[in-house]
Amino acid sequence: MKKILLATTIFAGLTGAAFADGHEVKMGVILGFTGPIESLTPAMAGAAELAMSETAGKVLDGKTVVPVRGDSTCTDAAAASAAAERLITAEGVVGIMGADCSGVTTAIANNVGVPNGVVMISPSATSPALTSIDDKGFFFRTAPSDARQGQVLADVLKDKGITKVAVTFTNNDYGKGLEASFKEAFAAVGGEVAISAAHEDGKADYSAEVGALAAAGAEHLVVFGYVDQGGKGIIQTSLDTGAFDKFILADGMIGESLIEAIGDDLNGTIGTLPGSDSDGAKKFAEVMKAAGNDKVGPFTPESYDAAALMILAIQAAGSTDRAAVQAKIMDVANAPGEKILPGELNKAIEILKSGGQVDYEGASNVKFTDVGEAAGSYKELEVKDGKFETISIR
Amino acid sequence: MDFLNAIVLFANFVFVPGLAYGAQLALGALGITLLYSILRFANFAHGDTMAFGTMVTILLTWWFQSLGISFGPLPTALLALPFGVAATAGFALLTDKLVYKHYRQVKAVPIRMVMASVGVMFVMNGVVRFIIGPNDQSFFDGERFIIKAREFKKMTGLNEGLAIKSSQALTVVVAIILVAALFWFLNRTRTGKSMRAFSDNEDLALLSGISPDKVVAVTWILAAGLATIAGVLYGLDKSFKPFTYFQLLLPMFAAAVVGGVGQPVGAILGGFVVAFSEVTVTYAYKKFITYLVPESWAPDGLMQLLSTDYKFAVSFIILVVVLLVRPTGLLKGKVI
Repeated sequence: MKKILLATTIFAGLTGAAFADGHEVKMGVILGFTGPIESLTPAMAGAAELAMSETAGKVLDGKTVVPVRGDSTCTDAAAASAAAERLITAEGVVGIMGADCSGVTTAIANNVGVPNGVVMISPSATSPALTSIDDKGFFFRTAPSDARQGQVLADVLKDKGITKVAVTFTNNDYGKGLEASFKEAFAAVGGEVAISAAHEDGKADYSAEVGALAAAGAEHLVVFGYVDQGGKGIIQTSLDTGAFDKFILADGMIGESLIEAIGDDLNGTIGTLPGSDSDGAKKFAEVMKAAGNDKVGPFTPESYDAAALMILAIQAAGSTDRAAVQAKIMDVANAPGEKILPGELNKAIEILKSGGQVDYEGASNVKFTDVGEAAGSYKELEVKDGKFETISIR
Repeated sequence: MDFLNAIVLFANFVFVPGLAYGAQLALGALGITLLYSILRFANFAHGDTMAFGTMVTILLTWWFQSLGISFGPLPTALLALPFGVAATAGFALLTDKLVYKHYRQVKAVPIRMVMASVGVMFVMNGVVRFIIGPNDQSFFDGERFIIKAREFKKMTGLNEGLAIKSSQALTVVVAIILVAALFWFLNRTRTGKSMRAFSDNEDLALLSGISPDKVVAVTWILAAGLATIAGVLYGLDKSFKPFTYFQLLLPMFAAAVVGGVGQPVGAILGGFVVAFSEVTVTYAYKKFITYLVPESWAPDGLMQLLSTDYKFAVSFIILVVVLLVRPTGLLKGKVI
């Protein structure tokens, strides 16, 4: 007990000191460090924090942007809102990089972010519904809307000559949004969805779900779920019962942990993931490698970009005033201005300082639409020899 | 040929999983029924007793694995199981001593015992999450399949495959052995007979010199053992997660009530009734029927009575209907 008290006192003293000398600017990093995508979030937070350490001591004439982490849990809207509330009121963050899953992101934006006038840039919330929330210009995302992903997946299937599929989706905003956009796009290219059934995450047994999916008579199963959750269970059960052996995955299901869990049976699986093969993506891989982090996981480029955009907007605004930062995000994200790739953040800061303009391209080729979300290019992936390999960019 | 395909399809998606799930529920329901007939209260902590026992077994399994001990093609967890049962029995006896004994001595009404068991449930819930965490744990090792779907197709030349997981076969075999042993114990041994006497008429049993403490202790040990074995089998077949085990409470109670509370045979019957209802009601019969009827009659719809989302509702409905229509259950049991 004594030790905890001591530690708390020291910690309070330290943060107090940081406030006092004013060399730190706090940025919230709200991701699901526990919950259904907990295997993806550490890498995402690491990428965001890489952008911060890259610009350490350079922002606003000698300041450093430091991360304050919060847990979005990915599923619990109340817990996520409480975490955001804490970051905004108690920690005084300038902006929030996050949140991750669509449901909690909507909750934070509506309940906490927008009412408090705090900029949020989500790296991975992809629900089409987020396009039309009343965000008063405070919500951005470096991940494209799933309305686009549904279209891309439908195109991929059409090119492969697959015309009949079974679809299962996780029963939340992300799953439902993606399912709706895919269904529409797939019908438009002449495909048939034989059955579309929701699954709940966190169950031990998915044999009933798989049985129903298999009964519809499709050979391919499209899984819109989470890699550490029901999605994995569905795939495992499908393989066990011999119901399906060909899978099509969306972004939430792309992760090394899936291959580790399932093994060779996954070979031939196809999927889509936001991302591109642009110079930025290659540069980003180099930057990550130089920082001793050679795993470019799902949504890490978007996470780096979200944090980088916020840092550049702070510099462009010339202050840590939240509204001033919000006003600059679009300016730094889009043309006109000098193109900025990952690892060039300090160059961008210099340009901004001397009154110039930048067009941040970043790792994921950032181009914001007028509602502040990425227009979106996708990688078409295929599992070959136990690895996700990029086949093409769409 | 089509007829065979239909049979295999049904076996693969309904019969085999239902049989394994039913056996797991039956073992759990047996524990509930035993406790009810001897101690006269519905033990809400049973699901978490399962979780506790499985947790101990998993921890020991991991330890055995790290020592390089294995059980050949069978899962290592079977070696750890006896220790898991012992630990859980000890834990159950401890809760009896700390909690339920007091209520027995003051001759509390059953509903108080039930409420006390809800408290015990929450404590066990917390203990399990504290020790092993709230996440999924998979602890199966050894040979996963007896028959793989693909091999079955190749062997028989049928369109449909039949997969039998070794965990499913193991569940059924262990359940049969266990039930046989339990009935032998209840009907043939002195302690078993005194338990039945105690259950039929407590006062008479006491008058004839049966020690109530011994009967109670043996009941707890049996219930904890059944719960642990049911939990480990369920975890081997599916996966272990504290929250799912807590949720298993509902189908297990439904099974006990359907069969007739206090009737061991009823608990087994109830387990299979609940399991097969869940699976058959939520299965989509489109393909099955397409095999059986002439092509022109093949259905367009999925032929699914209830979406799989509502699987859990099935045990609720069974529970409510049985309590309304035949509160004593299929075999005449006690009324809760």
